[in-house]
Amino acid sequence: MPHAAETVTLRRPGARPMLPLDIAGLTLAVDSRRLVDDLTLRLKGSGLTVIMGPNGAGKSLLLRLIHGLIRPTAGAISWGGVPMSAGLRVRQAMVFQRPVLLRRSVAANIDFVLGLRGAIGARAAAERRDRLLDRVGLLGHARQSARLLSGGEQQRLALARALAVEPEVLFLDEATASLDPASTQMIEEIVLAERGRGTKVIFVTHDIGQARRLADDVVFLHRGRLVEHRPARQFFDDPSSPPARAYLDGRIVL
Amino acid sequence: MQDLADAVRMALSLAMSGDAGFIEIVLLSLRVSLSATAIACLIGLPLGALIAIGRFAGRGPLIVIVNALMGLPPVVVGLVVYLNFSRAGPLGWLGLLYTPTAMIVAQTILVAPIVIALSRQVLEDLHAEYDEQFRSLNVPRGTAVWALIGDGRHALMTVALAGFGRAVAEVGAVIIVGGNIDHLTRVMTTAIALETSKGDLALALALGMVLLAVALAVNALVMGLRASARRSAYV
Amino acid sequence: MKRLGIAWALTMGLAAAMPAGEAGAQQPSILVQSTTSTANSGLYEYLLPIFTQATGIKVNVVAVGTGQAIRNARNCDGDVLLVHARPAEEQFVADGYGVARFDLMYNDYVIVGPDDDPAAIAGGTDAAKALAAIAASKAGFASRGDDSGTHQKELELWRRAGIDPTTGSGDWYRATGSGMGATLNIGIGMGAYVLTDRATWASFRNKGDFRIMVEGDRALFNQYGVTLVSADRCPNVRIAAGQRFVDWLVSDAGQQAIAAFRVDGEQLFFPNARDGSM
Repeated sequence: MPHAAETVTLRRPGARPMLPLDIAGLTLAVDSRRLVDDLTLRLKGSGLTVIMGPNGAGKSLLLRLIHGLIRPTAGAISWGGVPMSAGLRVRQAMVFQRPVLLRRSVAANIDFVLGLRGAIGARAAAERRDRLLDRVGLLGHARQSARLLSGGEQQRLALARALAVEPEVLFLDEATASLDPASTQMIEEIVLAERGRGTKVIFVTHDIGQARRLADDVVFLHRGRLVEHRPARQFFDDPSSPPARAYLDGRIVL
Repeated sequence: MQDLADAVRMALSLAMSGDAGFIEIVLLSLRVSLSATAIACLIGLPLGALIAIGRFAGRGPLIVIVNALMGLPPVVVGLVVYLNFSRAGPLGWLGLLYTPTAMIVAQTILVAPIVIALSRQVLEDLHAEYDEQFRSLNVPRGTAVWALIGDGRHALMTVALAGFGRAVAEVGAVIIVGGNIDHLTRVMTTAIALETSKGDLALALALGMVLLAVALAVNALVMGLRASARRSAYV
Repeated sequence: MKRLGIAWALTMGLAAAMPAGEAGAQQPSILVQSTTSTANSGLYEYLLPIFTQATGIKVNVVAVGTGQAIRNARNCDGDVLLVHARPAEEQFVADGYGVARFDLMYNDYVIVGPDDDPAAIAGGTDAAKALAAIAASKAGFASRGDDSGTHQKELELWRRAGIDPTTGSGDWYRATGSGMGATLNIGIGMGAYVLTDRATWASFRNKGDFRIMVEGDRALFNQYGVTLVSADRCPNVRIAAGQRFVDWLVSDAGQQAIAAFRVDGEQLFFPNARDGSM
């Protein structure tokens, strides 16, 4: 852990722990369709949770609900016993399926986020930015326009930007769905390293191989409902529900 | 068509002559319209951004009103500013009637709705793209406004040019509040109106061509800056 | 971004640094509310430098229709009124807005029309009769329609002819609602007769095939008057400088300067300040 010392000082000493995440009766209805349906779930304090399920299962919606980007129709979300709020969201970060980068240089995209989090001094900020860019292999592109990067480079920059906020919880929403294998591998390595630093990672994917490589535990959704939540090995070796079994076998479940 | 040929010849000789009175008129036009555009942008861009990202009661009607105000008749604006700046009006004590300042005020009122309405549209589209990411990062509203304006700068520059075009081409407002006073408030459009009323259509047309050339030069300058900014890769 | 910011700052700095046109702010100046006919003829370009040289006072002229000029002066937006509609000027003084009105100079109105002269009025000297002929033939007539001095004179002539031209409005009678020059442009564009002052006509550059049809009627007399705006109503009036301008205009020096003004060798304004009331 080369950054272990930094981790201790920059994370929020003395703050209440974020985890566990408790979700109770979570429902999101649009018109009369229940896109997330009475979902109750508890996630422990560490490790990498993979949320899986076929298209339309409600994976991305669930992620946005627990990150507080969407208001639920009903139900409760609490982190470490505290109801979700904007104050908690500053301790979290999210990487979206399609990276939304500012129309500025690569470096300026990181600077923007570092600037949001209060004064740490120009030199310290520049050092942190360069470390983050180095970590995602973009230090050589620092002066380039972010919008001219390749798809994989853009997503790595989005990940670096998410890490710039020193999140205690990191969400990734199908972040590698449209990337080439090299970029995917790089992102997976960084995410695993983050988990190693104690960051809680919640990773949405429908790539079964990726889920096997990354997951400590798996949440399987189907039609907005929680079907299974089990440790990864148990889930992959012996899925208990018919939809999960069908999904892992590559049969279509709708 | 004799007039047209005369006008082209006259426009060229005017531009070449370096006549002090003529240059004074061109410079005053630029000063008044550029100042009005700048002030309208200072006021209009943040307002446009706030309307773009805000969710408040009456937002829909407000957008309709601002869009409609883009069509404000210059003469009406001129009259309203005149009535306020007239010695008999509430702001008469400022003594601003028949000064370039009054002309800048009138053109600012004309240009501001254009800047607000068009920047609102530009920034709303950009905001739709950035919103979720910004909320995830807890970007404060003020920071978001400036980030949107910064990232939308190229489209917003076109907005500013549209505003400048409106300002530099209008005659109805500046002739009322400026009075078309020689060496004091005469600008290109009021000079054109004057020469037309003197029946000197060729000279009026020549001045019109110079006005067009000046507008072209301003646009080319801005586009040139934009291209050079793009080359330095800060797209 | 930075580069654009610099460019923006430069542009704005340039705009701010441009000549303000108010460079002579320390120089005393007055504002004259006047008519398009005097301004368009070039009289002021000739007259004002002579006055400024003699007194050091700069004179700014706003040229609008007489009706508008009087309204502006009533709003105290001017120090001196120089127009040509005597009854309205006398009302202005009677209402307390003017100190006193002086006759300044005169010229005359003329009726101009197309060379083919559809109403057959060419060479006439009776303006009312000519208007009656225009109305009877329904040949076009373009009116100022803007409450200017010329418009008021035109209405007076119609009254003398016993005709209400507004019954032909939009048909053969066109009220342009515009200044003298614009009305001439419109009249010439559609071959309609126009009543205009001789000064504007003499210096007008877009005559087409139009020429003077009727002139020389005493009813076409065009008297200009000058009035100092009253400081009782308008405390902002630059009374001393305004008074000097009025005094100079009616003095020998001013009257001679008016008489000396020529366009194409033709005298356009005839000083008559000393004639008493006309």
